[in-house]
Amino acid sequence: MGKQLIQTHQFSNGLTLVAETMDDVQSAAFSILVPSGSIYDPPNKRGTASILSELVTRGAGPYDSQQLSCALDDLGVQRHEGITSGHITFSGATLAGNLAETLKIYGEILKNPHLPVNQFDAARAGVAQALLSVEDDARQKALVELKRHAFPAPWGLPNDGELEHLEFITIDDVRTLYENCFHPNETIIGVAGNVDFEQVKQIIEELFGDWKTSSISEEPAMVFADENRFFTEQDTTQTHLGIAYDAVPYGHPEYYAAWAAVGILSGGMSARLFTEVREKRGLCYTVSASLSGMPGLGRVLCYAGTTSERAQETLDVTLFELTRLGDGIEESELERCKARAKSSLIMSQESTSSRASSIARDWFYLKRITTLDQINDEIQQLTTDRVLNYIHAHPAANFTVLTIGPQPLEVPSDIS
Amino acid sequence: MIFHKAQLDNGLQIIAELNPSAHSLAIGYFVRTGSRDETDAVSGVSHFLEHMAFKGNEKYSADDVNRIFDEIGANYNASTSEEITLFYGSFLPEYVETAMELLSTLIYPTLRQEDFDMEKKVILEEIGMYDDLHSFTAYEKVMQAHFQGHPLGRSILGSVQSITDLTAEQMRDYHAKHYLAGNLTLAITGNADWEQILELAHKLCDHWPAGKSERPIDEAQPSTGTQTIIEKAIQQQHIMELGPAPAAQDNLRLPAEVLSVVIGDDSNSRLYWKLVDTGLAESAELGFNEYDGSGTWLTYLCCDPELTEDNRKLIEQIFDDVNENGITQEELDRARNKIASRLVLRSERPMGRLSSLGGNWVYRGEYFSVADDLKLLNNITLSDIQKLLEKYPLGHSTTAAVGPLTSVAE
Repeated sequence: MGKQLIQTHQFSNGLTLVAETMDDVQSAAFSILVPSGSIYDPPNKRGTASILSELVTRGAGPYDSQQLSCALDDLGVQRHEGITSGHITFSGATLAGNLAETLKIYGEILKNPHLPVNQFDAARAGVAQALLSVEDDARQKALVELKRHAFPAPWGLPNDGELEHLEFITIDDVRTLYENCFHPNETIIGVAGNVDFEQVKQIIEELFGDWKTSSISEEPAMVFADENRFFTEQDTTQTHLGIAYDAVPYGHPEYYAAWAAVGILSGGMSARLFTEVREKRGLCYTVSASLSGMPGLGRVLCYAGTTSERAQETLDVTLFELTRLGDGIEESELERCKARAKSSLIMSQESTSSRASSIARDWFYLKRITTLDQINDEIQQLTTDRVLNYIHAHPAANFTVLTIGPQPLEVPSDIS
Repeated sequence: MIFHKAQLDNGLQIIAELNPSAHSLAIGYFVRTGSRDETDAVSGVSHFLEHMAFKGNEKYSADDVNRIFDEIGANYNASTSEEITLFYGSFLPEYVETAMELLSTLIYPTLRQEDFDMEKKVILEEIGMYDDLHSFTAYEKVMQAHFQGHPLGRSILGSVQSITDLTAEQMRDYHAKHYLAGNLTLAITGNADWEQILELAHKLCDHWPAGKSERPIDEAQPSTGTQTIIEKAIQQQHIMELGPAPAAQDNLRLPAEVLSVVIGDDSNSRLYWKLVDTGLAESAELGFNEYDGSGTWLTYLCCDPELTEDNRKLIEQIFDDVNENGITQEELDRARNKIASRLVLRSERPMGRLSSLGGNWVYRGEYFSVADDLKLLNNITLSDIQKLLEKYPLGHSTTAAVGPLTSVAE
């Protein structure tokens, strides 16, 4: 992969900077993870963090909402704010020379947001509309609901919240969440691009050095579901299927074997699900499986969308392919996974945004950064025996199955 | 960055923008054919053909094509629009030979009957999938209504009926008529060697049939009307509206792109502050789409059905104000800056450069480096915007609505 220059620094208030210097590019990207995701929503007020994520950029420090947008546009920042289970995230990319000025604005957003009361209704309406649009998009809804049932609450709950909770959330709830969760300890800033580490460190120190440490928010207890079969009746053209089963989480010693197992199922157009479900039988346009996780817990999440008359066959064939993986895998299947990994790792070095978010996420999960060489070594050393051993130890079984469409499907009960 | 161009005797054009320090290269075959080149009898054939390309030829089976692409770790795919079918991928430089051979295989597939029959099922599934995406339904309907009687109004996917009725023989005829070397551009960006590319192109493409199919590009004369599609089961209302805008060959196209960012970008635009920031709508955007000989302003609104009429009035007020008073220098500067930044960041990756390199060549027969594009952008003035608004004022002549509302005003 070539040598990577990755450095980290923890400031005295607990804020962590992870930075990768990339000399071949003109840009710099950042990814800021603030431990204020949807798991910190008060029970019965799911959606508070999502409203906070909408409200936090509507004015900060010397800028009102519009001035803030204009200042970032003037710096050519392509930005995105979002919410995950664990974090409110702020990411962006711009020309490397504009990074310092850009971070200054994010210093204001993180430390001095106005959280204006006169914008609260609009922010809440924005969250409501996002939730309504999921209701109208059966495919998106299938994935949201699959996550809800595949992971324990509150990790699996929809990050945008619950529609019926929104009306009970007040500006005070949002401000309290901000006070509780926006603190430097546990916040991670990832930076990647044509930057000098010492310079970035100094900028961050100047901007965030005075940010006061506060007590770490307590992670809520996990609640696991009892049921694992779900059907929602909806007047759709296709029936949308979601299937989930256990895997190991990121950071687990067998994580890369798990990655390869899913890759053999769904990594590329020669992988098994695409070949068996779409190419050989023409059952659907989309079928896929991916590895997903939260700290300490991993799942494989599968999706297929198919016309209702063929939905049962699609479900049966997909489940068969998932379980058949345990019967054996070909050397060539693993080789293709290795080739895809190598190429995507090398190509990721062309994107500062991809590197910034990757190193920030790595720090959150592992408290260290895995270099691209290390990932490639781990993957290239995999053998079919090792992947198969993983599959036997973590078989595709105990499926969570949900369908959205005009009619329910039969889920075979004897699948184990 | 070094630009190269060449043309084979059969008419295939080859262009490359090479950068030896890139980690990858991207390759695309731009075929100048799409739904506008079809007839009623073969509606959807361009897109179906794009799928069939991956079924291979006498040398490579469908399994071979997918397997070999995956063996070299390629990121590859294809797309079909009203005017272009594109086969593309990004690859590590050491696989340039395999990548070129495989992509070239896609252009002249065997089109076997059994593959055709199987893939027809997948196409019908894809039509079903899009049928569940309400904004896409609105797009298809507004294109059909706006370009009624004009080839641009043809559906890219076709209908369940047209795909069911389509025969492999009709597809072979369409392929033979449109996949002529003169309709094709091979574009390459990133880390590759020009001499090697030329050598490979001769080896792989010299035998392709020469010729070029003609495409009438008269500017469309859209009819006005409202199409309402009622989907009572859904929560939100989707409104899509089209109005005439500059064509791909018109010098006003860049001012149009800038104006669409000022008025209707998804953040920090006039529509954004009036409708999205205030929570009145989930989306309120203005886009500019360019085609051969025609162009469109596309307004998209997604909101609570009850707020639809008020929101449409707000959009109309914004458009009226812009048509009358134009925009400010500050807005122009900001939009240019925003577009420039997107352009520069996207261009850092070979894959990000491919579409603008190929698109410029296919539509305008010109090469613009990133620096050229930035210069063109910086040269746009308020008087260009004024000229644009005089000729193509913001507004709409056609509306499609998908959602619970039983009617919407014209």
